[in-house]
Amino acid sequence: MNLAQAFLEALESVNGNKLRSGLTVLGIVIGVAAVIAMLAVGRGAEESITGSISGIGTNLLFVFRGGADESIRNERPITLADAEAIADPFAAPSVEAVAPILQSNLEISYGGERTTVEVNGATPAYFPVQNHELTEGEFINEEHMLGRASVVLIGPEAADTLFGRHDGITGETVRIDGQPFRILGVLASKGGGAFGSQDNLAIIPFSTAQARLIRRNTRDQVDILLVQAVSGDAVLMATEEISAILRQRHRTPVGADDFTIFTQQDLLATFQSITGILTVFLGGIAGISLLVGGIGIMNIMLVSVTERTREIGLRKALGARRRDILIQFLTESSLLSLIGGIIGIMFGWLISFAVGQIAVASGTAFTPVVGFDAVALATIFSAAVGLFFGIYPANRAARLEPVEALRYE
Amino acid sequence: MAIDNVIEARDLRKVYQMGEVEVEALRGVSFEIKRGEVVSIMGPSGSGKSTLMNTLGCLDRPSSGEYVLDGEAVASLNDDQLASIRNRKVGFVFQSFNLLSRQTAITNVELPLRYSGATEGRRDRAIEALKAVGLGERMTHRPTELSGGQQQRVAIARAIVNNPAMIMADEPTGNLDSKVGKEIMTLLLNLNRDSGTTLIIVTHDPVIAEQTQRVIRLRDGLLESTS
Repeated sequence: MNLAQAFLEALESVNGNKLRSGLTVLGIVIGVAAVIAMLAVGRGAEESITGSISGIGTNLLFVFRGGADESIRNERPITLADAEAIADPFAAPSVEAVAPILQSNLEISYGGERTTVEVNGATPAYFPVQNHELTEGEFINEEHMLGRASVVLIGPEAADTLFGRHDGITGETVRIDGQPFRILGVLASKGGGAFGSQDNLAIIPFSTAQARLIRRNTRDQVDILLVQAVSGDAVLMATEEISAILRQRHRTPVGADDFTIFTQQDLLATFQSITGILTVFLGGIAGISLLVGGIGIMNIMLVSVTERTREIGLRKALGARRRDILIQFLTESSLLSLIGGIIGIMFGWLISFAVGQIAVASGTAFTPVVGFDAVALATIFSAAVGLFFGIYPANRAARLEPVEALRYE
Repeated sequence: MAIDNVIEARDLRKVYQMGEVEVEALRGVSFEIKRGEVVSIMGPSGSGKSTLMNTLGCLDRPSSGEYVLDGEAVASLNDDQLASIRNRKVGFVFQSFNLLSRQTAITNVELPLRYSGATEGRRDRAIEALKAVGLGERMTHRPTELSGGQQQRVAIARAIVNNPAMIMADEPTGNLDSKVGKEIMTLLLNLNRDSGTTLIIVTHDPVIAEQTQRVIRLRDGLLESTS
């Protein structure tokens, strides 16, 4: 008996008991749909996070105080002087720009509305480094710096919270930690990301922050140095150059750095490994449901074999070999799981699409991605499940003794 | 000599293991059946009648003894070889018809041909067989749409479709009323007369046994008489 016939017979048999076949297939549908949807969500999360990290700026390095080694004492803070030294094109030719930042979470209020935002004290170099754009108003410039001006650039989310809108608010006065600041402009939205929203922030001149809002113990202290390398390839060189400069300036012994340099690549790699684990984890859980679906197939096939014992006996009496019976039942179980797989892929794609729509509706830019590999994986896996869980029942059918099977009531 | 005998059984024995106890269903049975002969096998229940039928039909192997079917020694073949022998040389007719209920009459008749690996002319041969049993008009009906007699005719068509050496009929009229039973018997006898296919009928109905040329009687696993 050839495979095409076996397939047709299996189709007839599956069709002959629609409710039972449907319920069996449902198990596989749920399993495959879960795998597809979970992998899509994981992939989407990865792309969203990667995108938002890239959105912070390009070729970035972050320099923090404090070394990786906990035992180092008397860590010296990063200062403005360090920043100037790093910005020196002769000492660090791979560095394009340096933006020192003072950072604190402060309360910002307008009329009766108040909210807590991340306030960054920044220099004019900050904006190109961070890829910031404005929807209205102007950037902080040297003049604001020199005059320690009470001006603020506000993120669109913070603006929405305070004003209920994010346009036409330039010139309004908000209070940060009780002190009045005039709104200089509104930042363009960068969307939500791995670090929460990048739009819920306020930026004031570095000098203003230093003098009036975010005081630190040491004069000229800086919380983070944002450094932009001249190109993506220069990031590693820049790391070396910055390390050399800071080691010299901080007079740290070799191997006991009191600062940490974190590159965007490091950040990307970290988050990619996190989302990778997330995807595997979600996919694994979904895989379990596929396994349960497979056990459902085995269960039904066993019932089917018992129910059709006489039929199997008859087929054997008419000359069916073990192989013929084995193929008949394997084809049937594979067909069940294949149908489940196909419906499951469509269903999973639908779920992914719905998740994407919900994410968009709730304001998070997040698109689940149904990859070809996920579809291929689900198809192969579901067919394998059908085959694997069909083997035992099919084998049982094939081994039936014709005499016993024919006598079976 | 060997060509004239479709069946040669020598000292057939069959022992079943029923838990701890060994039960001897056949205790040394020997006989021959000639080509084209019509033979009935009779015996009370427990006489080994079913066991003999299963052995002759190659559904089961004897524990010992020799069995030659249509020139082939069968006793020592493996399962797949037995399946092939059944497919080519034996046509079964059962008391309860044993048709596939979801398939049409013609598909049921085609079934043995599927397992014999024939790819061409299957449908034509099935149609021929159905015409031979007088069911040319109802080939696309399913068993549930056919009467008992018609179902048994489909089963007989299935039995003859592969031109077997013998037809093994197990109480072929047992589930039919006497009028239809007579028709089926007539059909079987006509097929034997026209094509010369050996016919073996297992029955406990003396009326049917009377219509056969020879009666093999079994009692307690032994041959009682062969005339």
